[in-house]
Amino acid sequence: MTTAVEVRDLRKEFVTRGGRRLRRRRVPALRGVSFTIAQGECVAILGQNGSGKSTLVRLLSTLLLAEGGTAEIFGHDVFRDPRAVRRLVNRVSVEAAFFKKMSSAENLAYAARFYGMTPRETGPRIPEILERVGFPAERRREPMENLSRGMQQKVALARALLTSPVLLLLDEPTTGLDPRSKLEVQEFIRELRRTHDATILLCTHDLVEAELLADRVGILDRGELLCLESTEALKRRFDASTLEEAFLASTGRVFEDDPEEEDDTS
Amino acid sequence: MRSSAHVVRAELVGLAGVVERNVYLVRRYIWWDLAFFVWTVANALTIVFIAEGVEAAGGQIDLERTITILLIGAVIWAYLGDIFEVLTETVAWERWEGTIEYTFMAPLARSMHLGGMGLFAVAYALVRAVLLFWVVAFFFDVDMPQANYTAALVVLAVASVSFVGIGMMTAVLPLISPEKGTQLGFIAQGILLVVSGVYYPVSVLPEWMQWLATISPATYALEGVRAAILEGDGLAELRDELWPLVVIGVVSVPLGLEVFRRGERHAKRTGKLKRSG
Repeated sequence: MTTAVEVRDLRKEFVTRGGRRLRRRRVPALRGVSFTIAQGECVAILGQNGSGKSTLVRLLSTLLLAEGGTAEIFGHDVFRDPRAVRRLVNRVSVEAAFFKKMSSAENLAYAARFYGMTPRETGPRIPEILERVGFPAERRREPMENLSRGMQQKVALARALLTSPVLLLLDEPTTGLDPRSKLEVQEFIRELRRTHDATILLCTHDLVEAELLADRVGILDRGELLCLESTEALKRRFDASTLEEAFLASTGRVFEDDPEEEDDTS
Repeated sequence: MRSSAHVVRAELVGLAGVVERNVYLVRRYIWWDLAFFVWTVANALTIVFIAEGVEAAGGQIDLERTITILLIGAVIWAYLGDIFEVLTETVAWERWEGTIEYTFMAPLARSMHLGGMGLFAVAYALVRAVLLFWVVAFFFDVDMPQANYTAALVVLAVASVSFVGIGMMTAVLPLISPEKGTQLGFIAQGILLVVSGVYYPVSVLPEWMQWLATISPATYALEGVRAAILEGDGLAELRDELWPLVVIGVVSVPLGLEVFRRGERHAKRTGKLKRSG
């Protein structure tokens, strides 16, 4: 089976200023993380705020440079050959980031241009793809600022799919959505897995979502990847009846304990 | 393996996308643009009226020539400011909209990304500069029978390459310092304003400032445009202004790209390449 993602001993630190004298200190965000994802697999990384999930996604998105370790996507070094990686990867993050005054169709057409797609190529695809994610086609000319958060997140999914990525990085894609939108987005991710050969890395702090969508679940705690196994294997390993109990057993903390956000400080 | 023709095509599609995106945004924020244009007109009028003020106070000046000199200074200054502003927004605007991470993780070469911003900046600034020139000239009884507008536009076009190169260097500042970067860009712009002879001859400056004027493309742009408008000089007569502009342009664009590349690398190391500052 082809390896889609291979991460070895990945380390990232951020410099932050704290204390009374505002001294600089180095805060580790990822501490020697290693894992692989096979092509077509969906892996969920579970962790609380500050656990390093977003840092991991941003490293794989070529938006950060690591202090140590390696990361390869379909054999391309993320840090040495970022442009080859960028052609293969797209991302949906917790905030659907768009030009607010531009419409969904304009935002999608613009984003696709960066991947070498002309308006002639995207013209027929944009309404199709918006329809697939459950976005009403008649609203595609409305400015993004008029759309609800759930609608914006659907457009974000459409933007990611438009470029046909072979690796999709989903960083808390359903956080903050209403229950209906959340279910719709989750259903779409499942459909995507059924109909496409896409490999998915899903970072979430939603235990149910991780269990529902992923083949394997990893627990990332304070920058350390404690385990990465199927949900059943995780439960067996920690003698737990639920994923929440497995999380508690592996980290020694209840899931709701929210440590101070340490991601991406500088 | 992607053929080089395919890669070049994809890059050009991306470059056109950057230009088109900016056109969309100008259309969506048109009232901002109109308000800003009125402010620029008011600013230019304030400066050009100084000539009338000097004469009214008893000063012995060639009024028409002084008005034209100040008018050209105000227009070129506005042109330069517009180019810098658009290029600085490469990072600042995207951060404000929250799109910066998506743009910077797209597989478009940074040279094409910045080239698209530069291309739009020049077109946008040129339209505004021409409008500004005619609107402000309308307020004064200025006759420019000898003016060689074609030569003036050629000087401006050649100078634009240098302006874009310097703009690329200032564009990286908000990436390195999200809080102070844009303001630091104003310092670079301010230095060019002081040393380039926008409203007075460079010869009145202290010697060390005159040295700075020799490496500022705005100095040659102003001298060239003034000579074309006031004296009707053609391209042959303007070669002393054109060749330094070509040299500065050839140096400043690769230098601007390298400065931006290093700034981007620093931002990736420190985690500053993200939507919130």
